[in-house]
Amino acid sequence: MLCDVCKCNDATVFLTQILEGKMQKVNLCDACSKEKGVQDPTGFALADLLLGIGAAEEIEKGAPSQKCPVCGFTQTDFKKTGRLGCSVCYVTFAEGLGSLLKAMHKGTEHVGKLPQRASREIELGDRMRALNEDLEKAVADENYENAAALRDQIKQLEHEKT
Amino acid sequence: MKFSNVMATGGEWLRGEGPHHQIVISSRVRLARNLRQRAFPGWAKKAERTQILELIKPRVEELPEMQDSFSELLQDLSALEKQVLVERHLISREHAAKSVGSAVIMNRRQTLSIMVNEEDHLRMQSIRSGLQLKSAFKLVDKVDSTLESKLDFAYDTRLGYLTACPTNVGTGMRASSMLHLPGLVLSEMINQVIQAVNKIGLAVRGLYGEGTEAMGNLFQISNQTTLGEKEEEIINRLSKVIETIIEKEHDARQMLIQKKSNTLWDQIGRAYGVLTFAHAMTSKEALNLLSIIKLGVDLGAFPEDRRLPIDELFIDTQPAHLQKSSQQKLNAEERDHLRAQIIRERLRVFPKPDISKVARESENGSSPEPQNNE
Repeated sequence: MLCDVCKCNDATVFLTQILEGKMQKVNLCDACSKEKGVQDPTGFALADLLLGIGAAEEIEKGAPSQKCPVCGFTQTDFKKTGRLGCSVCYVTFAEGLGSLLKAMHKGTEHVGKLPQRASREIELGDRMRALNEDLEKAVADENYENAAALRDQIKQLEHEKT
Repeated sequence: MKFSNVMATGGEWLRGEGPHHQIVISSRVRLARNLRQRAFPGWAKKAERTQILELIKPRVEELPEMQDSFSELLQDLSALEKQVLVERHLISREHAAKSVGSAVIMNRRQTLSIMVNEEDHLRMQSIRSGLQLKSAFKLVDKVDSTLESKLDFAYDTRLGYLTACPTNVGTGMRASSMLHLPGLVLSEMINQVIQAVNKIGLAVRGLYGEGTEAMGNLFQISNQTTLGEKEEEIINRLSKVIETIIEKEHDARQMLIQKKSNTLWDQIGRAYGVLTFAHAMTSKEALNLLSIIKLGVDLGAFPEDRRLPIDELFIDTQPAHLQKSSQQKLNAEERDHLRAQIIRERLRVFPKPDISKVARESENGSSPEPQNNE
């Protein structure tokens, strides 16, 4: 049996752990078990260890025949490499990736840098939402003059967006 | 710029300056970026990789930061040249294994290096001497902002920057510092420190990153997670932890001076003896012994002006640097001889260790180094 982490050496350390009612088995070779600190039960964090392994299983649980429409990547490929095929794979395999990312990272949502392009899109989206709300209100108040002006602004914004 | 220029100029981070430079050798920050709707390098066929490379490379070369840069396709570099770049941490070991469809572009000062088609389409890294994670981030962040106006980066409003490996998604940022911790190793406290650091979600690795052995008492500390935390927060957290480790290292050194001075002077004396007289030496042994000499310089057992020659030996005795400077391909045995010879020559003008000069730090544990001025 091969080591689940490096997939090169024979596994000599076999671990079974029950986590949230689910049994997880991990087979490791000598070198990887040392690197992951398995000999020392206090320093051993299953979450770390499962980074690569849980990944493959989670993905597999999704629709088994799923294939990325852009790059043709499959779950089997992910299991083999631990890498995705292209940026669209994040949408294709979103279901399986969700819990994996949750286990791997501090949070589930990006809070850091926004590319200019993306921040412009978000800003436009916010302005659009505000204008639509105002428009609805103007229509409800039968303030048609105001509504017409708002409609023009929305059109202008849609034009900008494209 | 030619490869010979890269070889001849040492690169800024090798000069051993910057805050906390005695203990923090270097700080690096890298960002991973990919083009939208394009297969990642590991999955793309050769033709697509080449296409992507042709799209990205000119954009990188025209960066103001990349004037007079070194820009090379990986297939045009020899195995030895690639290894030299690995030893200087300018490309990763993974990138050195690449050929057609990959490239590396770096600036003259060797503070900025950009790998095209490593695991991601773009891996941009800034490397600085000492503890300078913030300024390293600033440089690479600026480059990223310039490039994003010209290249369509894969970005998701919820997941952030999308990367080939899900462990990098979000900020796509890995910040790391290389620490020299002989005091913690000699006092056998290093494992405790490593475990504590691991528990707060940071990674400790050996000299060349993931899966490499710790040699020369050198350890890399980096962030493990990239999603759910701002870049600045990650860097602040990492810097704070590193500052604590620096304090622990100073404490360990004081403890050694006060309680285990015989062991300490024995180690320094033996390292000096072996390095001065040996005729064959592996790079691992060289690193481990040089580390002890470096500790000796830090403690004052050797004059301060001997610091640079020792720091230089750390890199000059690495296998590829050794072969490149001798301009010949050598087998392991020949390398070990040449390495010992170079070290002997450089140490010929090195005075014997003088332990009477060792400055004891004050009892309250304050360090002789200037405090962090980052």
